Amino acid sequence: MSLLSVTGLGIGFGGLTAVGKVDFSVEPGEIVSLIGPNGAGKTTLFNMISGLYLPDRGRVTLDGEDVTAMAPHRLAARGLSRTFQNLQVFLRMTVLENVMAGRHLAERGPILADLLALPGSRRRSRATEAAARKLLARVGLERGAERDASELPYGALKRLEIARALASGPRLLLLDEPAAGCNAVETGEVDQLIARIAGEGIAILLVEHDMKLVMKISNHIIVLDHGEKIAEGAPGEVARNPKVIEAYLGSQGGKEAAGALD
Amino acid sequence: MSELLQFLLSGITVGAVYALVALGFTIIFNASGVINFAQGEFVMLGGMSTVFLLDAGVPMLPAAVAAIAIACAVGIALNKLAIQPARGASVVTLIIITIGASIFLRGAAQIVFDKQIHRFESFSGDEPFVIGGATILPQSLWVMAGAVAVFAGLYLFFTRSLLGKAVLATANNPLAARLVGVNTNFVMTLSFAMSAAIGAFAGVLVTPITLTSYDIGIALALKGFAAAVLGGMGNPFGALVGGLLVGLIEAMTAGYISSAYKDAAAFIVILAVLFVMPHGIFGRATVERV
Amino acid sequence: MRTLSPKYATLIALIALIALAPLFFPSTFYYRIGALIFINGLAVIGLVVLIGYAGQISLGHAGFAGIGAYACALGPIHLGLAPVLSLVLGAVLSGAIAWLVGRPILRLRGHYLAVATLGFGILIYIVLNNEAQLTGGPDGMPVEGLGLRGLLESAGFAVKASKLWYWLAALVMLAGALLALNLHDSPTGRALRSLHDSEVAAHTVGIDVARYKLTAFVISAVYASVAGSQIALMNEFVSPDIAGFLHSIELLTMTVLGGAAMVFGAVIGATILTALPQVLTALQDFEHIVLGLIMMLVMIFMPEGLVPSLARLVRRRPR
Repeated sequence: MSLLSVTGLGIGFGGLTAVGKVDFSVEPGEIVSLIGPNGAGKTTLFNMISGLYLPDRGRVTLDGEDVTAMAPHRLAARGLSRTFQNLQVFLRMTVLENVMAGRHLAERGPILADLLALPGSRRRSRATEAAARKLLARVGLERGAERDASELPYGALKRLEIARALASGPRLLLLDEPAAGCNAVETGEVDQLIARIAGEGIAILLVEHDMKLVMKISNHIIVLDHGEKIAEGAPGEVARNPKVIEAYLGSQGGKEAAGALD
Repeated sequence: MSELLQFLLSGITVGAVYALVALGFTIIFNASGVINFAQGEFVMLGGMSTVFLLDAGVPMLPAAVAAIAIACAVGIALNKLAIQPARGASVVTLIIITIGASIFLRGAAQIVFDKQIHRFESFSGDEPFVIGGATILPQSLWVMAGAVAVFAGLYLFFTRSLLGKAVLATANNPLAARLVGVNTNFVMTLSFAMSAAIGAFAGVLVTPITLTSYDIGIALALKGFAAAVLGGMGNPFGALVGGLLVGLIEAMTAGYISSAYKDAAAFIVILAVLFVMPHGIFGRATVERV
Repeated sequence: MRTLSPKYATLIALIALIALAPLFFPSTFYYRIGALIFINGLAVIGLVVLIGYAGQISLGHAGFAGIGAYACALGPIHLGLAPVLSLVLGAVLSGAIAWLVGRPILRLRGHYLAVATLGFGILIYIVLNNEAQLTGGPDGMPVEGLGLRGLLESAGFAVKASKLWYWLAALVMLAGALLALNLHDSPTGRALRSLHDSEVAAHTVGIDVARYKLTAFVISAVYASVAGSQIALMNEFVSPDIAGFLHSIELLTMTVLGGAAMVFGAVIGATILTALPQVLTALQDFEHIVLGLIMMLVMIFMPEGLVPSLARLVRRRPR
C-alpha cells in the first residue's frame, strides 16, 4: 500500500481551476518531486494535501486511511509534516524553541502541569530540548540555538523549518522549495540533508525549481502544468518526455533539466 | 401596524446615523487598515462646534460648514500626528492609539466647550408629519436625506472620479497603487478628512434629535464599529446595511421587548451573524497564501 | 556563568517592588493604591497569556471581572457561600463561560475578534445594569468583606484594611505571575507562542490551534475574574462599571503599554495606569487630555510597550 495516495484531487478559486484532477502516490522512503512552471499548481496541491485548503474534489489517503480535508494538526499526528515556500518561522521565538515547538505532539501534556511546572512538565521540556538540539545539529544550526530566530539568515531559516518539520516525527515530509533563494553552497547542503533524511526512511514529497537538485535526488518525478499532471516517471524518462519539454519550452527549466542529465 | 411603522421610522433614523459612522470606519480602514475608535468624536465635534458657533451668532449654514471643516482639520491632524508615525504597528497598538486619541479629543472638548448637554433648533421645525398613523419629525427626514446624499455622493466619487478610483486601488493593494503612481499618503490623508467630514455631518444632522455633549463619541463609535463589522469591514455598502440593521434591531427591541435591552439585542445579533459569517454579511473571505 | 533566567529575574524584581514600595508611602492611603495596582496587575498578567503569548485580542475582559465581582456580591447572599468560596465560584463560572463563548468567538480573527469580544463584554455589562432586583442595577450593591481582618484581630493582630489588602493582593499577583512564567517555557506556552507567530505553521506541526487559543482565553478569563472578585471584596461594594467597556480598555492598555509579551512589562503598565489617574486628578479638567496623550505617545514611539523598548535601548548602548 502506498504511503500517500492522491486521486482526482482538484480545487478552484473564484471560478478558476487551480488544480484539475491530479493522481499520484508516494511509497515509503521515496523521494518524489513535483515540478512544473510557475503557477502550475504545485503549492496549491501541497496545501490541499496538508489540510490547509479544502479540495473541491478527489481524495487523499495516508496509509490507506482517507485523510481528505483533515485538519493539519491531525495530519501531523498521522505522520505528515511540511515546510513552506514563503517561510513560516516563529520569529519571536528562539531557534531552539522553534524546533521544540515542532515536537509538540510528543511534548504536550496536561495544561495544569505546565502552569504549576510539575516535574512531569519539566521532564517533557527537557526531553524535547535534548531532541531539538540533536535535530539542530543535524541541519547544522547547533550554534547560536538561543538566538532569536529572526536573527538568522535566509538559508539558515530554510534549514530551521526542515528541523522543525522533522521534530514532529513525520513519515512523510513535504518540502516546498527548500533550496529557493539559497546560493550554490547552501543548495548543496540542502541536497545532502534531503538525501540523509530519505536515508532514514522518511518519504519526501518535494517541490523545487532547481532542476539539477531535482534530477539528482528524485526517485520519481511528477510534472504539473496548468493544474494537470502531464507526465511522471523516473528522472530520465521525464526529462526526455516531449510534453514536458513543451511545457518548459523557452524556459530555463527545460534546458536545465535536459542539461542536468548530460 | 402603525406601531410597527413607527418603530421602523425611528430605527431607520438612528440606523442612518450608525451607517454614517460605520462608513467613516470603513473609509479609513480601506485606506490604512486602521480601526479608528476616535470616529465617534467626529460626530461629537460636528454637533458641539455647531452649537458653539450658533451661540456666537453665526447663522446655521456657515456654522455647520465650519463645524465640518473643524472636524476635517482634526481628522487630518490625527492622521499626520498619530497614525502615520505609527505605521506598521500591530492591530492592538493601533487600536490603543486611536482610543487614546478619542480620550484626548473628549478631554479637549470638555475644556474648549463644556460638560453640558446641548441641542440647537431643528432645520425645519418640530411639527411632526403623520404617515399611516406613525409620526416622523422633519429632522428625521433631514437625517435620512443626508445619509442618502452621502452614500450616493460617495458611490459617484468611487466609480466616476479618478481620485476615487485611486482610493479604491489603494484599498485593494497599497504597493501596487504606489507603483502605478498613486500618492498613497495623500489617499490616507484624504480618507481621514472624508471620514471626519462624514462623522461631523452626521453630528450636525442628528443633534436636534438626540442632543449632544462632549462624551457622546464612544457609544457611537462602538455602534458604528459593530455596524461596520456586521456589514463586512471595508465594504461601504456593508456599512449602510450594517448601520440600518443595528438601528432597526434597537428600535424593534426597544418597542416590543425592553428598551433596557436594546443595546444587548444589537450585540447578540452581531455575535450570531459573526458565528455564521466570520467576515460579516458582505465581507470577503480571504484565502491565506502560504 | 549562566545568567539569571527571565522567570526568576521577573519574580525577584516583583518581590523587590512589593517589599520596597511601602518604604516610600507617605500615608496608609498609598497601601490602597498599591493593592489596586496588584489586583489590576493580576488581570493584566492574564491578558499577557492571551495577547502576549497567544496573540489574540480581547476588548471585553472586564466582563469576566464583572462575573468575578458579582459572584462575591451574590454568593454569600443567595447561596450562603463564604466570600472566598464565592471568589472560587466566580473563577469557575468565568472559566466555564469563557470556554463556551470562546469556542465560536476565537474562530474570528483581528477586527472581527475585537468586535465579538467587545459585544460579549457589553452584554455582561448590560445584564448587570438591568437586572436591578438581583444586582442593584447601576447603583451597585454592597459586598460582604473577606472577614480576614476580624480573624486577625481576634488573634491579637490589629491591621489596617488597606495594609492587609496590599499584602494579600501582592501575594495573589505573585502566584499569578509565577503560573504565567511557568507557562511561558512549558510545552503549552510554546504552543501558544507559536500560533501567535504563524497559525499555519503551528497547525502543521500538530498544534490544535483552536484548542490552545481557547486555553489562553479561559486562563485569562479566570485571572480577570479573580481580580474582579478582589476589587469587590476590598471595596466591599460593586457596581456594573467593573464590567464596562472602559474597564476592558483600561486592562488592554495596561497590558500593551508596559509590554504585552512579558509579565514584568504588563505589571509596570498596570502600575503606571493605576497610579497615573491619582496623580492626574490634580490636573482636574486636563486629566483626560494628558491620559490620551500618554497613551498615544507611548504607543507611537514604543509600539512594543515601555519595558521591552527601554530594555532594547539599554542593550544597544555600547559597553
